[in-house]
Amino acid sequence: MRIAIASGKGGTGKTLVTASLAKVWDRPVTAVDLDVEEPNLHLFLRPEIERCEETRIEVPVVDETRCTHCRACAEICQFKAISDLGSVLLTFPEMCHGCGGCLAVCPEKALSPSSRLLGEICFGRADAVRFLMGRLRVGEAMSPPLIRAVKRAGDGLLLAAGPADVLFDSPPGVSCPAVNAVMGCDAAVLVTEPTPFGFHDLKLAVEAFTPLGRPLGVVINKVGLGDRDVFDFAAARGLPVLAEIPYDRRIAEAYSQGKIAAEALPEMRTLFQALALRIQDLARTAPEETCRA
Amino acid sequence: MHEIVVISGKGGTGKTSLTAAFAHLASNHIICDLDVDAPDLHLLLDPAIETEEDFVSGHHAVVNPETCTACGLCLDFCRFQAVKIDGPAATVDPLLCEGCMVCVHFCPAQAIDFPENHAGRFYLSRTRFGPMVHARLFPGQENSGRLVDLLRRRAKALAREQGKSLILCDGAPGLGCPVISSLSGVDLAVAVTEPTPSGAHDLARIVELCRHFRVGVGVIVNKYDLNLEQTGRIEEYCRLQGLPVFARLPHDVAMTQAMVQRRTITEFRNGGLSESVRQAWSNIENSAFCGDKKHQSAARRK
Repeated sequence: MRIAIASGKGGTGKTLVTASLAKVWDRPVTAVDLDVEEPNLHLFLRPEIERCEETRIEVPVVDETRCTHCRACAEICQFKAISDLGSVLLTFPEMCHGCGGCLAVCPEKALSPSSRLLGEICFGRADAVRFLMGRLRVGEAMSPPLIRAVKRAGDGLLLAAGPADVLFDSPPGVSCPAVNAVMGCDAAVLVTEPTPFGFHDLKLAVEAFTPLGRPLGVVINKVGLGDRDVFDFAAARGLPVLAEIPYDRRIAEAYSQGKIAAEALPEMRTLFQALALRIQDLARTAPEETCRA
Repeated sequence: MHEIVVISGKGGTGKTSLTAAFAHLASNHIICDLDVDAPDLHLLLDPAIETEEDFVSGHHAVVNPETCTACGLCLDFCRFQAVKIDGPAATVDPLLCEGCMVCVHFCPAQAIDFPENHAGRFYLSRTRFGPMVHARLFPGQENSGRLVDLLRRRAKALAREQGKSLILCDGAPGLGCPVISSLSGVDLAVAVTEPTPSGAHDLARIVELCRHFRVGVGVIVNKYDLNLEQTGRIEEYCRLQGLPVFARLPHDVAMTQAMVQRRTITEFRNGGLSESVRQAWSNIENSAFCGDKKHQSAARRK
């Protein structure tokens, strides 16, 4: 089963939850960090990294001797990545989405494929937990292509190394990167906090991920802070609250020391073991039984 | 006119709570929420919307099932796995469609429409601290920098019109397109971090990004007392990198209590945290990046 641990708001505890789940999961498991802009999972799981691979995206390169400046490429490009200035054809590789349109449309074979570095994918192990992460090159604007590449690498790993459950530590937010991370999963666990920001962004997350047609569950972190709006919302929408993590300075301090909550505090181990089982049940839910959106 | 953007790298360090407090303390300014993916600043500033407009960005492919012959060429061309052919016609998944137009262009039956993408709404509003420019990207949309660019342009135009000397922006987490768009040409980036391995790791990356785009950056260590050792390491990193540390702020539930009351911390309570935030703002204003003192607030007198 494939489980996305997502949120609307940043800083609610996605990585804290993913790291703890990976440690107590009672089936073969792979932990994947899809927060490629700011990956943090490795700081807690401390995997032994076996190898890293560069991930690149295709961008066009111009052969000026063949270009007749017909402008077909500039006209099809939706991203302002290629521009004809009359006597010279300029490409802006940073803007290119790798759609191949300009290459396909050029009548003179004046464009050929080159590439731009997106970032890297690293493979490793943290004891019994298989580990995969993507890390975006600083200065690279687009995270979805790397997120998709990490997921493909994960699929390759499952084929090569045998079946395992996959836990995806997703990026925050509800736009393209988060949706790319969550899509194709069997269930999404939304980590929130009982504050006005947490509540507002949880509603956005439910709006964003419900169309993916998979069951959603909620983990409320830092319970004891804030107010009850998140609880009332979950109840009203029939969203299962899979766990409530108390607001406890000891948890924050353990996190600040790079410790995994389920290993640092015995009551957290019990909490995460129960959460793991509830998530596994959620992932087996048929789509029509999911929350009323 | 100066532009300051509050960023973090890591989410949840306190960007929005602090931007709201700075909006309270600053004067002669425009407030701008550039975290268009999941904006929260409006929850504290309670903007009264004066004008709003659709944000239209890009297009997406829609197959007309009446004219589609299911030839499969679109499936061959699409590099984003957005096309499926099950049944008599092809369909394009709007969540996967990149809006590249390749299938539209090559469809032999010209069966694919390419409507504009209504991707969000943007607003010009009034708040108790001054004018605010903000937006909402609809969930699932491509979070390119276009909406961020648009908001910044609107904020600058408004600032010129109204003779404002400062644009104060709540930035997005991460370091992708929206953050990059919020940094270009900015006078100062204020990076809010926390004394955790994630906070430190993500700070280093966001500082690298600021260096890449030649933007001056200073740091605030929030919740510093959670881990004095980590705080010390972060401050040492800042010292070695030549980055000003504008403040270390204590971890205080008052920050959340203020949020629940829909108030900024500086409005809510005059304790240690509030004082530290005021000092942080004063340090930001006095920093080398904001040499022009015209917009300095009366924070100390408020």
